[in-house]
Amino acid sequence: MLAGAVVIWVAVIGLSVFATKIRPGAYGEKAGLRLIVWGGCVFPVVVLTALLVWGLQMMPVLRAEANGPTIAVSAERFWWRVAYDVDGEPGVAKSLPEGGVPSANEIWLPAGLRSEFLIGSPDVIHSLWIPSIAGKMDAIPGRVNRLVVEPTKPGVYNGVCAEFCGDAHAQMALRVVVVSPEEYEAYVARQSQPASVGADDEGFRRFTENGCDACHTVRGTAATGKVGPDLTHLASRRTIAAGTLPMSPENLATFVGFTHRVKPGVQMPSYGMLSEDEIAAIAGWLETLK
Amino acid sequence: MAIGNKTRDNLWTLITAPTIWGVHFLLCYGSVAYGCAPNENIFQTIGGFRIFVGGLTVVALAGIGFVFMRALGEWRRNGGRIPHEEDSAEVRERFLEFSTVLLAGLSFIAVIYTALPAAMMVDCR
Repeated sequence: MLAGAVVIWVAVIGLSVFATKIRPGAYGEKAGLRLIVWGGCVFPVVVLTALLVWGLQMMPVLRAEANGPTIAVSAERFWWRVAYDVDGEPGVAKSLPEGGVPSANEIWLPAGLRSEFLIGSPDVIHSLWIPSIAGKMDAIPGRVNRLVVEPTKPGVYNGVCAEFCGDAHAQMALRVVVVSPEEYEAYVARQSQPASVGADDEGFRRFTENGCDACHTVRGTAATGKVGPDLTHLASRRTIAAGTLPMSPENLATFVGFTHRVKPGVQMPSYGMLSEDEIAAIAGWLETLK
Repeated sequence: MAIGNKTRDNLWTLITAPTIWGVHFLLCYGSVAYGCAPNENIFQTIGGFRIFVGGLTVVALAGIGFVFMRALGEWRRNGGRIPHEEDSAEVRERFLEFSTVLLAGLSFIAVIYTALPAAMMVDCR
């Protein structure tokens, strides 16, 4: 494709140099007409027809059936709700399937398999874009879009929201971790486990006292809120606040205490009214949720 | 509007070919979309619709071909030669004929491009 573009570019620039530098001056009507017919009609029609046939041939392959896991991705202002191994019905759907193994802001994929994303949104139009792995796919409220991806090389890739969705659109990123199919299975099995939280844990007590559990789920505890990301294995992720800050106790404390400075426009309120000790206790506890 | 060498060209004869292209486009995409809706089985074959699109394409190309040949024949027979810059009914006629030829050529290629997906795709994917 690039080679073809380079050839056409060289031809156009060459013609322009020829017409302005090498042989400037007026051309006869016949020569002009010949240039229009061959250069302006026949040549583009032949090139475009070849490109169209080539492109059409590739389309069915791009939409071939998945042979890997089905992963639901709900794009929400301004983070990604992820559910592994959901039962996606074929055909047009208005809403994402329930269930699966919940996670957020980081998607693991098995290398060498064709995984299917089911992409939806509860609020506005977003777009899931992982440039190294696949093209963009919009997340549209009221319908489920499908995207089959086949990552071939293990590694960590960056993804972003590619459709302006509000204040923190630029901070609505995600990490995509491509691993072997065995590692993927092990990861999903780990994510499906509940958190191990002691009832007398100071950080957890502060977490519930301040109402964090109204919005966040920590499976295995009484925290079952559904508004924000599932935090059951928060510390196993590479970033917090949807790719905004690297995962660390300091950054967790910063995000809890100064939420809107880190990420303006998010629904989560800033907890700057808490004492430093309280924030440190919550952040320290969150860091244990591996 | 007379037939043969005495057709009086107007804006309607000018847009006949693009109109055929538009109707062909609408019927091609509409029929296959109808056949695949609600797209629950993306591997469902569209053989019948491909034949329909093929037949429709032949009819559309024949119609556009007729418009092309008629306009080109009249333009040539009557000494057509660009540019058409004079302010007279005769030159206006030649201008419309020549424009019809160009639009018919464009529509001819466009109809083929519209039908190509149906020629190459066998199912609802």
